[in-house]
Amino acid sequence: MDLFEYQARDMFEAHGVPVLAGVVADTADGVRAAAETVGAGSGGVVVVKAQVKAGGRGKAGGVKVATSPEAAAEAAEAILGMDIKGHTVHRVMVAAGAKIAEEYYFSVLLDRANRSYLAMCSKEGGMEIEQLAVERPDALARVPVDPNVGIDAAKAAEIVAAAGFDAETGAAIAPVLERLWDVYREEDATLVEVNPLVKTEDGSIVALDGKVTLDENAGFRHPDHASLEDTAAADPLEAAAKEKHLNYVKLDGDVGIIGNGAGLVMSTLDVVAYAGETVAAEQGLATPPRPANFLDIGGGASAEVMANGMHIILSDEQVKSVFVNVFGGITSCDEVANGIVGALDRLGADATKPLVVRLDGNNVEEGRRILAERNHPLVSIEETMDGAARKAAELAAAAK
Amino acid sequence: MAIFLNEDSKIIVQGMTGSVGMKHTTLMLAFGSKVVGGVNPRKAGDKVDFPGGVTIPVFGTVAEAVEATGADVSVVFVPPAFAKAAVIEAIDAAIPLCVIITEGIAVRDTAEFFAYAQDKGTTRLIGPNCPGLISPGMSNVGIIPNDIAGPGRIGLVSKSGTLTYQMMYELRDIGFSSGVGIGGDPIIGTTHIDCLEAFQNDPDTDAIVMIGEIGGDAEERAAAYIKEHVTKPVVGYVAGFTAPEGKTMGHAGAIVSGSSGTAQGKKKALEAAGVKVGKTPSETADLMREIMKGLAG
Repeated sequence: MDLFEYQARDMFEAHGVPVLAGVVADTADGVRAAAETVGAGSGGVVVVKAQVKAGGRGKAGGVKVATSPEAAAEAAEAILGMDIKGHTVHRVMVAAGAKIAEEYYFSVLLDRANRSYLAMCSKEGGMEIEQLAVERPDALARVPVDPNVGIDAAKAAEIVAAAGFDAETGAAIAPVLERLWDVYREEDATLVEVNPLVKTEDGSIVALDGKVTLDENAGFRHPDHASLEDTAAADPLEAAAKEKHLNYVKLDGDVGIIGNGAGLVMSTLDVVAYAGETVAAEQGLATPPRPANFLDIGGGASAEVMANGMHIILSDEQVKSVFVNVFGGITSCDEVANGIVGALDRLGADATKPLVVRLDGNNVEEGRRILAERNHPLVSIEETMDGAARKAAELAAAAK
Repeated sequence: MAIFLNEDSKIIVQGMTGSVGMKHTTLMLAFGSKVVGGVNPRKAGDKVDFPGGVTIPVFGTVAEAVEATGADVSVVFVPPAFAKAAVIEAIDAAIPLCVIITEGIAVRDTAEFFAYAQDKGTTRLIGPNCPGLISPGMSNVGIIPNDIAGPGRIGLVSKSGTLTYQMMYELRDIGFSSGVGIGGDPIIGTTHIDCLEAFQNDPDTDAIVMIGEIGGDAEERAAAYIKEHVTKPVVGYVAGFTAPEGKTMGHAGAIVSGSSGTAQGKKKALEAAGVKVGKTPSETADLMREIMKGLAG
């Protein structure tokens, strides 16, 4: 889960990372009031910043300096509702203005390739880090961090030295890096990035903009993290699926997909996409049938899980046909077949879209027998995954 | 021969007395895997009866279980919140192989126990979030279906459990030396490269199927390794061509970030290393079938 800047700011503050005063607001009036308080400590100067989970806000006009509460409210009028890289701005953060002397970069993140953590630091902050890494790789220090040691005083000193800071600045930054490590470890983050980390004219170090990604698997340690989720922005079908503990991702297509196991479901989407292209080429269709979603029902698909999954898929108006692709590993195919039949019976007249089922593996004959015996008019059984994908694509094409 | 697991492997089950642990211990015993003990600190001293008249003792710690039974493999079924402690215990007991089936472990916990295992240097970790591994005809550790495929000379390594089953099932008539599910988490103990190296050195493996998916660059690194070190034929499959950027697709590690971790990039890298990559699982199985036919002369 990625946090908004204001959420990252609050998290930084809670762990002792120096930040500027900042208040989030979603109306111009709220911004005016926030500017009164926030600006009090910075000579009335505030920065109104669009809160979107996308880079390049400044270039898009989503960050404006204001010298009075009235100007801040005007800036908010312009920024709220703005579209930045496909994200609508619903909130802004009103931050105290700062007299910036220098801008730096720091991040600590999960390093999948080395199965460890990596700290990155540069004297040249402010610009997009991907750009810096490409254009001036030598200016970006990369220092491995042992997960069981973390960024202690010695590691922090190593990082600032590697980035080439002078002794005085390095000594000022190092303790901030230790606090940012606290954020990373204690909050179960997979990314903590500060860009820019600034030195103000009076020499203090401040985290001016932050990006934090949290590990959702660590939610059991952080009941408070649930409130950070941007539920308003979530796709309604994804939100409904999440409530039912279903692993679902909405896509833009017309063949609904249900399967077991993340790898097999990803593979099913691909096979449906290929089949869709073939069908479109044969029939001269402008837009080929495409997978409508990712849905992994996991092992042991009970009738209830199956019904929940089918309900989500069938309430997607884009869906024209459904492909159920299950490989029975430990799960027995007769259980899956009973799950499908049970789900169809439970859904009754709500089930209106054709269903292509491919079962294989453990006890497949019995599973196919159960489906054949029920002989539901919407259900067709296919023997192979490739054949079933083709059939589902044809049905979706026919319904277009 | 096989990799990592053979008929002499003695297995202990961490979390054996839980419902998942009980179910899969029963299945492992039915396969013929030598399960010699369970671990549960609250049930130390108990004995658990399994079908077929088998009684398995429960020990308080992994160290005690190893001491008493000479176990050299541990399989972990404990829930995510307690998995780190269980794995650390296995590492402290210096057990040579620890297979972590548990899904949903916080990546911080995995990063910490993986680093700990690296420092100790005595335990190979497989997983987490994996189905385990099987050496057909010899032993099965984890949740891979017992009768999925018979013994043979194909080696398989996969990030995905169900794609492992799918592929082994499609090639069940040819058979496998070993099939290893390495797991779909961002940090895993044993990589594609580790398995490729082991299969390359295994005299009873003739060809290798490698299954990858979106996220990270493990497949790209494996491709580079294959080019340099693997002389046996390798067939590949990559899942996730249609996955959108920035969305986690079921497995915690299966995410395309910006332009990195894409299925297209992985396929390209593998093909550049001379690996034949199938468009679908069935096509991949067909590619392997051709290779095995060719090898049989």
